[in-house]
Amino acid sequence: MTPSITNPIGDFIRNLIPIPEVSYLINAILCICGICAVAFGSAIILVYMERKVCAHVQCRLGPMRLGFHGCIQTVADTLKLLFKEVYAPDGADKILFYMAPMVLLTAPFMCLAMIPFGPTLQVADISVAVPLIIAVNGFGILGILLGGWASNNKYSLLGSLRSGAQMISYEISFALILLFIVMLSGSASLRGITLSQTGTIADWWIIKAPVIGFIAFIMFLISSTAELNRAPFDIAEAEQELTGGYHTEYNGTAFAMFYLAEYINLVTTSSLATVCFLGGFLPPCIGIASVDSILNLVPGVIWFFGKVLVMIWIYMMLRWTYVRPRVDQLMSLEWKFLLPVNLLLLVLGALFISFGWIIK
Amino acid sequence: MKIEEKISHREYIRRYFKRILQSVSFIKGLSVTVRYFFEPSRIVTEQYPENKKTLKMYPRFRGRLEMIEDEHGENKCTACAICERACPNGTINVLATKDIAGKKVLGRYLYRLDTCTQCGLCVEACPFGAIRMNQDFELARTSREGFEMILNRKEGRG
Repeated sequence: MTPSITNPIGDFIRNLIPIPEVSYLINAILCICGICAVAFGSAIILVYMERKVCAHVQCRLGPMRLGFHGCIQTVADTLKLLFKEVYAPDGADKILFYMAPMVLLTAPFMCLAMIPFGPTLQVADISVAVPLIIAVNGFGILGILLGGWASNNKYSLLGSLRSGAQMISYEISFALILLFIVMLSGSASLRGITLSQTGTIADWWIIKAPVIGFIAFIMFLISSTAELNRAPFDIAEAEQELTGGYHTEYNGTAFAMFYLAEYINLVTTSSLATVCFLGGFLPPCIGIASVDSILNLVPGVIWFFGKVLVMIWIYMMLRWTYVRPRVDQLMSLEWKFLLPVNLLLLVLGALFISFGWIIK
Repeated sequence: MKIEEKISHREYIRRYFKRILQSVSFIKGLSVTVRYFFEPSRIVTEQYPENKKTLKMYPRFRGRLEMIEDEHGENKCTACAICERACPNGTINVLATKDIAGKKVLGRYLYRLDTCTQCGLCVEACPFGAIRMNQDFELARTSREGFEMILNRKEGRG
């Protein structure tokens, strides 16, 4: 199969080693290493970032002792977590108990493989990436339900059921927003969606589709926050009310994996928002040729991760600003507000396309 | 749980849209946190051992009890022992003596720091403003000696 994108690293390996099987294997290992580097690296940075953002919102300083402004604090915390003893509670379903965090981790890793980090940096350019992401996200729910059920604890089970109900509900509006973008851009591959926004800032879907693009962006923020199980929609964990939700009984490495999945999910969702609304790896050109030529010199990877960081910052500000709704409020928000508005957006999007109201 | 009240469809729709309009207030909340985030001068955390030299305690901070003395070392205490009665822990003992004229004056103002909880009730009770809580907070010691202290340097003048 010929790759649809220019692939300098893959081609270099293929030229270097003429045996196709070996070069394929090396490329696969390189891809896995790259995805793992993004996942673990971002998780450690994000935990630090979360603590700092939270501290500054609350007029505190956050971690300051270890390293410059506490920058190696999370490394120390991770090491502590990894060296803890791993054990399951009495009467727990051991196999499912240890399988749940791994199942949960599958989804964000598979999503990461489909995301175009740069013009030539993408593990798999799938033409049906958006439906696949919607499908793969179901693994997250499965992992949470398994974890809650297998730990032989009523509170874990209740937490996981709450979480499952929430994620299944919000998945609908999450999917509808993604479909809205697919309809506008006319492509279901994330690379195609990114390239449909080529041009200036005004060509990003948040602006290109007047008003409805911005509304869709806000709807995406709400539904993806709920999908991520983050505050203000962290009803499953609800630190102040419940013991810890579905991961009450987890500790050590297994707990670290739940934690990791949460933060990689944050990265993938922010990447999706970047790809769908903020032009992915494209530089924010403003239409003035001299400025644009300088902006174009910066590689797409840096633009991509810059935009992802901004998105993550927005998610963190949301988390530390808003209060948690009740379960019934959460459900009525989804079924009575988000879902009708998203359906309306789909119809409006179709009208915008057919009447040619999309900014050219 | 609150039982849903019976309302007409029109009322329901009116409330539905009212709630959507009210959600504009979320922007207000976000603007507050964003402002806090970008204003480092608002941070109240003290990096304590590092900023020992520059640390200024707040005026209302209650540290060790001390006697207010003027430049000659004279205090305003009359040995009325209201502070002794106000103290919930029995931390204060006002030991009065008689001066040459036979008038009751303060002999020794005994204060035990190890039982003091810095509640400040003695300061509030004092009718003459003779005592106050000072700003010292590094009061820990390795032994119990030195916790029992005499606050006045001179006898009270009444």
